[in-house]
Amino acid sequence: MSDQTLTAPDDNAADAPAGRRIGVYVCHCGGNISDYVDVEKVVEDIRDNGDVIVSRTTMFACSDASQQDIEADIRANQLDGLVVASCSPKLHTYTFRGVAQRAGLNPYEYTQVNIREQCSWVHTDDHDGATAKATALVNAGIGRTRNTVPLEPMVVDTVPHTLVIGGGIAGLRAAVGLADIGLRVTLVERERVLGGWVKQLGRMYPHNKEGRALIEELVAQVKRRPSITVLTGAEVVGKAGSFGNFRMTVRVGGEGAGTIEVLVGSIVVATGFDAYAPAEGELGFGLDGVVTLPQFKELVDAARGPLSWRGRPVRSVAYVYCVGSRGTAGCSNQYCSRFCCASTVQTAVEVSGLDPSVRQFHLYRDMRTYGKFEPLYTEARDKGSVFLKFDNDEPPAVAEGPDGRLTVTVRDLLTERTELAIPVDLVVLVTGMVPRENQPLVDVLKLPKGADGFFNEIHPKLRPVETVVDGVLIAGASQGPKTSSESVAQALAAVTQSAAILKKGFTELDPLVAIVAPEACTACGDCLTACPYDAISMHEEVDRHFAVISAANCKGCGGCVPMCPENAIDLLGYTDAQITDMISSLAEVPV
Amino acid sequence: MTAPAAAEPGSSADTFVPRILVFSTNTISDPGVDLAGSSHFHYSPGVNVIAVPCTSGIRPSWILHAFDEGYDGVFIATDGEECAYLHDCAKRSNKVVQTAQKALKERGMDASRIRVAAICSVCAEPFTKHMTTFTAALLAMGRAKAG
Repeated sequence: MSDQTLTAPDDNAADAPAGRRIGVYVCHCGGNISDYVDVEKVVEDIRDNGDVIVSRTTMFACSDASQQDIEADIRANQLDGLVVASCSPKLHTYTFRGVAQRAGLNPYEYTQVNIREQCSWVHTDDHDGATAKATALVNAGIGRTRNTVPLEPMVVDTVPHTLVIGGGIAGLRAAVGLADIGLRVTLVERERVLGGWVKQLGRMYPHNKEGRALIEELVAQVKRRPSITVLTGAEVVGKAGSFGNFRMTVRVGGEGAGTIEVLVGSIVVATGFDAYAPAEGELGFGLDGVVTLPQFKELVDAARGPLSWRGRPVRSVAYVYCVGSRGTAGCSNQYCSRFCCASTVQTAVEVSGLDPSVRQFHLYRDMRTYGKFEPLYTEARDKGSVFLKFDNDEPPAVAEGPDGRLTVTVRDLLTERTELAIPVDLVVLVTGMVPRENQPLVDVLKLPKGADGFFNEIHPKLRPVETVVDGVLIAGASQGPKTSSESVAQALAAVTQSAAILKKGFTELDPLVAIVAPEACTACGDCLTACPYDAISMHEEVDRHFAVISAANCKGCGGCVPMCPENAIDLLGYTDAQITDMISSLAEVPV
Repeated sequence: MTAPAAAEPGSSADTFVPRILVFSTNTISDPGVDLAGSSHFHYSPGVNVIAVPCTSGIRPSWILHAFDEGYDGVFIATDGEECAYLHDCAKRSNKVVQTAQKALKERGMDASRIRVAAICSVCAEPFTKHMTTFTAALLAMGRAKAG
């Protein structure tokens, strides 16, 4: 059988009752489905489900030829509903919505049924069970489609202006990119000066350009672009409106100062990170000579000759890696902070450059100088750095002797767990990144956070800079630990995404939102607090009140649905009628 | 004429394959359920999944309707703390479950026929284990509905 051919019993159009006119296509997926599910039997068993006008199997429903055949069927049979039973809806929902649309069928009258990932592949050992289940799933899809109504995407005009929050390297580069693509930009920075963390850095790998020079260059580029407005000492304190038309309130000049309003179409959040602050006593933190990585980098960057600490020469340094990351020494952060291995070996190379005789001991768990950073690791070893590997069950101990000297004790996994006591002048705790404390901004923007506390994207691969809040994009280390080059790459992704949203001048939003049946609403108000996106309000007329839901603000989660004691709220695409029909359909299979 | 989805055609009427209705979420737990399939893990064909945007939007009446229709158990695969919509999603979803469990008890049925667990987008193995242990538990409990 070829994927060019739709195989089918005779169309049963003549027998269909007056009602919906639904076409059903059951996919072989080569053999991915039909090796384990009798797809011909499925089609046979669902043919008599009321409202089914066309029912066929297809070798590959997603192939161009099959798509064209389905379009032809829709037109020839004036179908008003479409069901394709194939793979996961994550793969082809938009494919078949497109098929429907091209054939003049409303795309929201299409239902994709997953009989591959959730049927054939999990029941490869049970042909009959898988076939019966596939039939039930297809019947449920028909049940859902039977209860669809035509919907139109919501068209919203957009303002060609982006608000960038955060004036570090990611925010600055985003502002320049947005201006160059033809959008106006307002850049808001909480501090009095632009530049963030990178402004504090000395020479950076691989070009040895100083962080402060990089920032100066970016700030100069910003100044040259009249379409960028920079507000420093400023904070975003309010957001109204919705995607494409946000009215943002920005306070300029600190607590109690005045505010201005900015109308923007999208928002790029690039608020960066905080450095992990070890607790007192954590791996010796608090002892004289125990410093964090940012403190040590500042010391090294400022040095013009051999290092000294509080007037004493530094002849030896121990670095303890993964502090505040990867659950090291019982810390609660489970993620890897990603930049710190590379940053530390780069700093060690700098130290060797200042004084080649300084002894440097790196106490690490796993060395992650990934990608182009690997040569740094080699260079550090070539210049005399010694690397010792510890087990997280036995983290190093840092102690101060009676003479005030520090000793680091470690069991080295590379030398059969030999316990080594290393006297050193300085201990550097290689501290990672933590989410920046920014609750007021999170509350204003309704930014979603992940379990690690960093801002959450919709999908790490397919939608890496978008959040569930339409028009609010994230970039840089606010989304998770990153190097500066990765932050800039992500900032430019946010620029592209902003342009994709705003350059057309309008946007279409998915209309699968919650609706209220006014006749069923008793205006009890239980739903008013259900929505954190402020989508629900009370509509007041002289003789009656009822709840209304703003389609532009609604995110389509359905969280308000069970809050209504009168069952007056429905989520389009997942209505009570649809879900109830699906449950009933799933429960019944022919024998 | 209808029969339990998992019963093999022609098998004896005593064959009991517990039927579980799973509610998953479009962006988090359903991809986890999909991954169980992509990994070719096996669970009972008595398991059927309906995906919704967020489990906090499930009406308790849907859960009860599943029992009316002959399901033996309902499993809510929540996003846990990962929900992209609602910071208090876990609390809301638990409330939905508790309301349904209370109604189930009032019908004289065992509330543990409704289970809830967080399933992440890569939780293929945990999901499969949940289905296996839930199927076993329901097998021990017997059919939810006579006949």
